[in-house]
Amino acid sequence: MNTYPWLTTMALLPLVGSVIVVLLPKHNTKLAKSVALAFSLATLLTVIAMALNFEPDSQEVFQFAESYTWIPAFGINFSLGVDGIALVLIALAATLVPVVILGGWNEALGSQGSVKGYFALILVLESLMIGVFAATDVFLFYVFFEAMLIPVYFMIGRYGGPQRSYAAVKFLIYSLVGGLFMLAAVIGLYVVSAQITGTGTFDFTTLVGLDIDPDIQKLLFLGFFFAFAIKAPLWPFHTWLPDAAGQAQPGTSVLLIGVLDKVGTFGMIRYCLEIFPAASTFYAPVVIAIAVIGIFYGGFLALKQTDMRRLFAYSSMSHFGIITLGIFVFTSIGQSGSVIYMVAHGLSTAGLFIAAGYLMARRGGSAQLSSFGGVNKVAPVLAGFFLIAALSSLALPGMVSFIGEFMVLLGAFQQYMWVGAIATVGIVLTAAYVLRVYQKSMTGPLNPECEGMKDLNGREITALVPIAALILVLGVFPAPLLNVINPAVDRLMTTVGVTDPEVTYPILSVPASNEGGSE
Amino acid sequence: MTVMPAEGLFSLMWLLIALPLAGAAILLFTGRRSNAWGPYLGVFTVCASAVLGVLLLIQMMGLPTEERTITQVAYQWVFIGNFSVDLAFQLDQLSMVFILLITIVGSLIHIYSLGYMAHDPDKRKFFGYLNLFVAAMLLLVMANNYLLLYVGWEGVGVASYLLIGFWQYKRSAATAAKKAFIINRVGDVGLSLAIMLMFVTFGSVTFSDVFGSATQASEGTLTAIGLLLLLAAAGKSAQFPLQAWLLDAMEGPTPVSALIHAATMVTAGVYLIARSNVIYNNAEIAAMAVIIVALITIFMGAIIGSAKDDIKKALAGSTMSQIGYMMLAVGLGPIGYVFAIFHLLTHGVFKAGLFLGAGSVMHGMNDNVNMRRYGALRSVMVITFITFMAGYLAIIGIPPFSGFWSKDEIIHAAFERGWFIGGAAVLAAGITGFYMTRMVAMTFFGKKRWETDAHPHESPAVMTIPLIILGLGSTFLGMALLFWGDIEGWLEPVVGYESEPTPLPTSAYIGITLAFVIAGSIIGWITYARREVPIEAPQGNWLTRAARKDLYGDAVNYALVVAPTNYAARALVWFDSRIVDGCVNGSAAIVGGLSGRMRRTQSGFIRSYALSMVGGAVLVLLALVLVRI
Amino acid sequence: MDPIYYIYLATLLFSIGAIGVLVRRNAIIVFMSVELMLNAANLVFVAFARMNGNLDGQTVAFFVMVVAAAEVVVGLAIIVQVFRTRQSASIDEPNLLKY
Repeated sequence: MNTYPWLTTMALLPLVGSVIVVLLPKHNTKLAKSVALAFSLATLLTVIAMALNFEPDSQEVFQFAESYTWIPAFGINFSLGVDGIALVLIALAATLVPVVILGGWNEALGSQGSVKGYFALILVLESLMIGVFAATDVFLFYVFFEAMLIPVYFMIGRYGGPQRSYAAVKFLIYSLVGGLFMLAAVIGLYVVSAQITGTGTFDFTTLVGLDIDPDIQKLLFLGFFFAFAIKAPLWPFHTWLPDAAGQAQPGTSVLLIGVLDKVGTFGMIRYCLEIFPAASTFYAPVVIAIAVIGIFYGGFLALKQTDMRRLFAYSSMSHFGIITLGIFVFTSIGQSGSVIYMVAHGLSTAGLFIAAGYLMARRGGSAQLSSFGGVNKVAPVLAGFFLIAALSSLALPGMVSFIGEFMVLLGAFQQYMWVGAIATVGIVLTAAYVLRVYQKSMTGPLNPECEGMKDLNGREITALVPIAALILVLGVFPAPLLNVINPAVDRLMTTVGVTDPEVTYPILSVPASNEGGSE
Repeated sequence: MTVMPAEGLFSLMWLLIALPLAGAAILLFTGRRSNAWGPYLGVFTVCASAVLGVLLLIQMMGLPTEERTITQVAYQWVFIGNFSVDLAFQLDQLSMVFILLITIVGSLIHIYSLGYMAHDPDKRKFFGYLNLFVAAMLLLVMANNYLLLYVGWEGVGVASYLLIGFWQYKRSAATAAKKAFIINRVGDVGLSLAIMLMFVTFGSVTFSDVFGSATQASEGTLTAIGLLLLLAAAGKSAQFPLQAWLLDAMEGPTPVSALIHAATMVTAGVYLIARSNVIYNNAEIAAMAVIIVALITIFMGAIIGSAKDDIKKALAGSTMSQIGYMMLAVGLGPIGYVFAIFHLLTHGVFKAGLFLGAGSVMHGMNDNVNMRRYGALRSVMVITFITFMAGYLAIIGIPPFSGFWSKDEIIHAAFERGWFIGGAAVLAAGITGFYMTRMVAMTFFGKKRWETDAHPHESPAVMTIPLIILGLGSTFLGMALLFWGDIEGWLEPVVGYESEPTPLPTSAYIGITLAFVIAGSIIGWITYARREVPIEAPQGNWLTRAARKDLYGDAVNYALVVAPTNYAARALVWFDSRIVDGCVNGSAAIVGGLSGRMRRTQSGFIRSYALSMVGGAVLVLLALVLVRI
Repeated sequence: MDPIYYIYLATLLFSIGAIGVLVRRNAIIVFMSVELMLNAANLVFVAFARMNGNLDGQTVAFFVMVVAAAEVVVGLAIIVQVFRTRQSASIDEPNLLKY
């Protein structure tokens, strides 16, 4: 089955869907939504089918690899392929899109753009997201990386809140600036590869094998890292995120923060670390400092936000700090934890934003915390899902986010004890702002304006159930994730050329007996 | 001690957790539909766990001592590189007694709640949360490694959060719930870091691995682990300096206070330290820190308990103080572990009885908690009164009630360590006598000070039967465990036990303790039963006023943590919008401003464009000419 | 035959055309000046073609003529339209297309 072009299929499927959605009659919005949902579900099924064929222990770096010549003059190929890390992120994207379509069923109503346009844009975005994770050609990755901006720009700029054009332009220009630095670095990489091998190439595997001069690495690393730091976003390149999330429809925010921003951290782990190992270790202390600052900075700002969506944006910034920390501490525990946390963060963000969207729909589009209060009394199901997502966001043990967060912190602790210890203190801050949202919106006396608020209907529940189920099931049984991620992380560690720190008193074999307390 | 795989009946031990967990899932996911039958399902699952627990105990008693540690591995839970943690349960003598305490007291409190919560519209949710709590607490005591213990640890925290805030529409309840969770989160930092340090040091977080190689680690490392675990324990067990949440937690329904905030969850810290005994045995500073924290808390709790007029808060103060005793005992090392667990068991029973008794009183008094509006209730609530008295005699430690045996052993062990620690423990026992007598006198004796619309009555049988069982437990459990159950011999293989000589004979210490207790009780009796109790609380001396404010626990937290955090957050909001975003928008504004000026050259006059073209052409020509020269 | 005289003539024509474009306000005159500049360029092309003995320059001259003719068609049409609406052929008056 491995000869079947899985990745092209799943990247094209939503694109075809979006074309069909656009061609549908304008007034029949329900049909457009249903078609969009059907295509996103078909994509999800394709991803599942592919994931079942994935062999975690395979010796190949990339599975399901495909390559077609694109621009031979510059050695550019249309090459796709996935390792374990890309696979789980593609699966995350494919899971979240149907959830967003279902959860954001009525989001586009009453906005400037047409309803079918919104769903067509979502499908275009899905196609590009799959492409960006699957690309194994650096130039192709760059193309997808930049092309993703376009649908998101329109999703914010046409379907967002009152300040939407400010937010959309800020998002676009900020990302383009980062992308420009990356383009320079991509071209630089081509030139360097031409100098070393004689023929320039953009092929990822070839580039990883090159022995690039450390000083050049440091320069090129910065180009890539700058783009990824804006995308992720890391402190202090984050200010576009709260504005974008505060204006975009919740569904847009889910895809933006839940998946799109993961491209930043994915890029760090895939491109920065593997192509520039020397530069990565050189810059690691700086990046770790930025990450730790981000954890606390985002947390403190989240404490004072009055708009739920901006609050979740700042909390995401804090969580991206955790992910980045895990990547740059160079322990297999930390890196595996980072990838798990990416998935977990995608799920909890989706839960929070979609629940926030339901709340907004019931309160005339306001996401201010003061618009709510005591919602638990009138809409207990909504409050329950919100609580699950909120607890997942604070990384409650038993949920998948805990495994990710703990592994990252443990990995950090293993390498730099004090960094790990300081970052761990951040979990108190997370609890404080997450519970503050829940307290202000869901508990306390019922806000008179929330009187008679309807609880979730079947469609709304259906959108949230898979999120909640994944959060809980993967928290108890994360083996499906770990089995796929771990080989990729091991290979990554070998490529970068680092090994895990030794334990002080390693236990070589589990002792058959111990003294217990009887001394 | 050999770790045995689970066979026969023991292979069912996962059911202990799974039953209440399934109950919680069913109750919480079926929604309002299950309001009618849900509570009974909740009661059933916990009772089934209790029956299974008893069967397992019988089975375990049949095994030879060295084969009583049984492990059941479900699957590999988290793994990468050399980090591997199983989802695995460990059943040994220590977890066995906890399982019995949790399931049996839990069953009684579930049954009691059938009556107490009968009229609540969300009662199936209440039972769902209680089931969730029982499952998480069982996971906490049955985990075979620290990471899984952490899951249970946090699971009980969430259940506690949900149950404290059960009446969410009350703002105070929601705030108290959040406060409890966040303060516990501070403790979690300690637990997280302790687990990380264990992994870095030992390469494993499984109990048997960690304890097996603990002696090889440096004392500094062990001390650090011990102190971090103490931080965790202080959070969960409401010990100084993380004690402030417990008094507010009384916002929850009374059965919750009885089960979670008296009998089981708050003793998890004691369990954690007793479980990690090998670490504390090799880290003297950490053990000493436990003793210091315990002594501070014993007195804080006792003083707060003496000043509160709210019956539940007075009991909560007493809980803090009694858990302080347990912490003191675990801090004492092998001379105390056994008695800490012993006191934990007896306390779990008699404090649950006292809380449920208080709930029964409140039930009859329109949910009024102010003891100044009680008085002379002994004749209208006979069963409640008698069971409460059993608990009262147990907690102040009058022989032969169960508290006497356990607390006396702790005090004796404290004297084995030194006269100062022992003396402090005795003094606190005297204060216990005072505040408990005050509570009993204000509630059941003296004159009626009822509010006009109060019609006190005895509670229904579904509430009094658990009270009676717990009352019997308060009376006989101590003797039963000590003389018939051989608690020392039972726990010794897990936590160790040794005894040190004391300068005076045992009976002398018993005599001193009893003298202090009786003196305290008499002072309490004279003050609150013989004299009129004013309905309005008198101003009191500075200590009373401080104790009414929880010894300024909240004020200290506010000044040291909350206010700086708020200040930092506000400053960062300013920094973010002005400086960071200011730079971003500023650079955009600079570009925009420059463009605005430059576009002025687009005047619209064709001839000026033409002039600039010609000028440009001339410049290019000049440049060419100049370059050529 | 020295081509430099043709160049001088072309330069003179071009300068007259350029100055005409810059200083005159009447659109028709400006237009004629533009034609003058184009033809100056043509003159140079033809002169160099003759000098080099090939036809490339001649060909270009024809292209320029065609372009000039097309320009006249479009340009005069615009001027006529502007004159109809504004009753003036001044090129300083229609200045709406600015910042």
